Amino acid sequence: MQLTSHKFKSHVSKALVDAQLQKALGNVEKGFIDKRAKAAGALPEFESLRDNAKAIKDHTLANLDLYLETYEARVTAAGGTVHWAETAADARNIVLDICKRRGARTVTKGKSMITEEIGLNDFLSQHDIEPVETDLGEYIIQLRGEHPSHIIAPAVHLNKDQVEGDFRRVHTHLPEFRDLTEPTALLSEAREVLRQRYFEADVGITGANFLVAETGSSVIVTNEGNGDLTQTLGKVHVVVASIEKIVPTLEDTSQILRVLARSATGQDMSVYTTFSTGPKRPDDPDGPEEYHVILLDNGRSSMLGTEYQDMLRCIRCGACMNHCPVYHAVGGHAYGSVYPGPMGAVLTPSLNGIDKAGHLPNASTFCGRCEAVCPMRIPLPKMMRHWREQEFEKHLSARASRYGLGLWAFFARRPKLYRAAVSLAMPLLSRLAGKRHRLGALPLAGGWTDHRDLPAPEGPTFMQQYRKHQASHRP
Amino acid sequence: MTAKHNILTRVRTALGSQGEAAGRREVVEARLSGAPRGIVPQRGQLPRNERIDLFRAQAESVNATVETVGDYSELPHSVSRYLRERNLPAAIRMGDDARLGAADWLSERTLEILKGPTDGSDMAGLSHAFAAVAETGTLALTAGGDNPTTLNFLPEYHIVVIHADDVEGDMESIWDRVRTRFGKGEMSRVVNFVTGPSRSGDIEQKILLGAHGPRALHIVVVDPAKDR
Ligand code: SF4
Repeated sequence: MQLTSHKFKSHVSKALVDAQLQKALGNVEKGFIDKRAKAAGALPEFESLRDNAKAIKDHTLANLDLYLETYEARVTAAGGTVHWAETAADARNIVLDICKRRGARTVTKGKSMITEEIGLNDFLSQHDIEPVETDLGEYIIQLRGEHPSHIIAPAVHLNKDQVEGDFRRVHTHLPEFRDLTEPTALLSEAREVLRQRYFEADVGITGANFLVAETGSSVIVTNEGNGDLTQTLGKVHVVVASIEKIVPTLEDTSQILRVLARSATGQDMSVYTTFSTGPKRPDDPDGPEEYHVILLDNGRSSMLGTEYQDMLRCIRCGACMNHCPVYHAVGGHAYGSVYPGPMGAVLTPSLNGIDKAGHLPNASTFCGRCEAVCPMRIPLPKMMRHWREQEFEKHLSARASRYGLGLWAFFARRPKLYRAAVSLAMPLLSRLAGKRHRLGALPLAGGWTDHRDLPAPEGPTFMQQYRKHQASHRP
Repeated sequence: MTAKHNILTRVRTALGSQGEAAGRREVVEARLSGAPRGIVPQRGQLPRNERIDLFRAQAESVNATVETVGDYSELPHSVSRYLRERNLPAAIRMGDDARLGAADWLSERTLEILKGPTDGSDMAGLSHAFAAVAETGTLALTAGGDNPTTLNFLPEYHIVVIHADDVEGDMESIWDRVRTRFGKGEMSRVVNFVTGPSRSGDIEQKILLGAHGPRALHIVVVDPAKDR
């Protein structure tokens, strides 16, 4: 997708007044936070499993070259093929070559953020290959020509009447007066429409939650079963995964699985966790004839050894955005990047450059909830702060905020002047606020006050109070 | 080949400060061969019978239905009753699993038995699980002619048989079984872990059962000690 993160501010303004979106976003808070807390609370070992999950990934990243080599050897031994892709374009071309060789007309897809990252759907369409998204949420947004607004709940920005509208618009072969008021009717309709597509597809493409070095297995974790149908019924199974998805062993995978589903949806286990190793074997009555894995770098190797290396532990559970007040207020599309929320605010500048993702590291209140819930203990606020510093150093931030900070620095270095200016400003703000003690509008600060009030300063300044306090406590 | 070389070179350069390759190789080999278990929750670490009870409770908590029979010979009756109670056609498709095949299916005269993978036209499928995990109420199924993978996903109703002795406490114990059965570092083409019937929360984050996979999952535990 076209990166539009530089327009973050105008996206936010639109999102805040979008009534449908605001209604749908209510489901994020309701749907995810309590469920995660309950599931985590019900497992006494949850916190130590988080520590171990982090340790497993740190160990893997520190030896990534060796595990990648082992993984490739195991895939090959199982009859599969590993393709290495340095860039998004390389990965797209490898997929296209496989499709062309098999004369593919349609390709089914399991839910995969990595294929969003490489813009695979548009690319395949340009080459007359129809990509069919099979995850319900992905299918809905594909019908709408949109991108996912959440990494595990792609259509979380929509309400059911919008989905009904889309189904009526697209599924014109079905009776006009069918009843679609209940969400179950929408689900059944999608199931029926997509069923045939699995069988027609020449190639099935999935992502991977994990790649197991020990066995050369790719692992997908889903609830709907669409990923399994995609990879079982297509003649060719293509896995697209980035290099940091590697884990050493089956046991290591099981450890991380325990924190994944709990952090994502509050389930102990997702419904389907599938380990796939190579193509169909002689005694297999079903399964794909070919099995390919595309190992994508696309900027990851440049994050290794830097202050952003920790981000490569991310298992894409979505907990950080589920608990983010900024995400709750504006939704995922406002970020203008494939990856939204706190993890996106760190990852997007890492993958695309801070000059293109300028505002994202600022899309944070630094409340720290993301880090508190991140199963992989990724220090998201710290990394956002790094990006902010780099942005500032590169003189990329807006003139107004540079000017404001410059002004503040001027006063901060001249304490007397600072105190004098503040004692002048405070009664003024107080007067503006009136009896409510809240400022509903403030000249030059519309960006803040349009959507929330600024509490007006009350009473004496901190320094005035401090001096008074010191005086009264002097022995 | 050059892409591989370039990626691995970048990775190695980035890791440069973190130790010499030979020493790291030893550490990596040790982890791959030792496969440490890490932290295994207490929840599933129970004596046999309690473990089976936990499996049942956990599976039911994720909307599976569970019944226990004392012997494989009871399967035909239990399958036809399940289908009848739900007004489903009296037909069941299954693979070549010898444990399933050993039962006297002809005893259920109205029940049609279909063999092999499904093309999606079957309402109900029958599989035998490789093992199960009590901790989460999860079934583990392996691929092959005995239990074709398509049966796990295409029929609307999936009946899965599991022997009580194959119910383990945790997922890690399943890997021990996989290594015993297939060899170290080897895998069945697919290992499917199934925890309840398929579902989706994609419309307004409300969980609905029966997405692309089965709408209903019925588990039959074969437990010769069921009257314990
Ligand atoms: S950063 Fe952490 S919380 Fe966010 S998606 Fe990644 S693993 Fe989950």
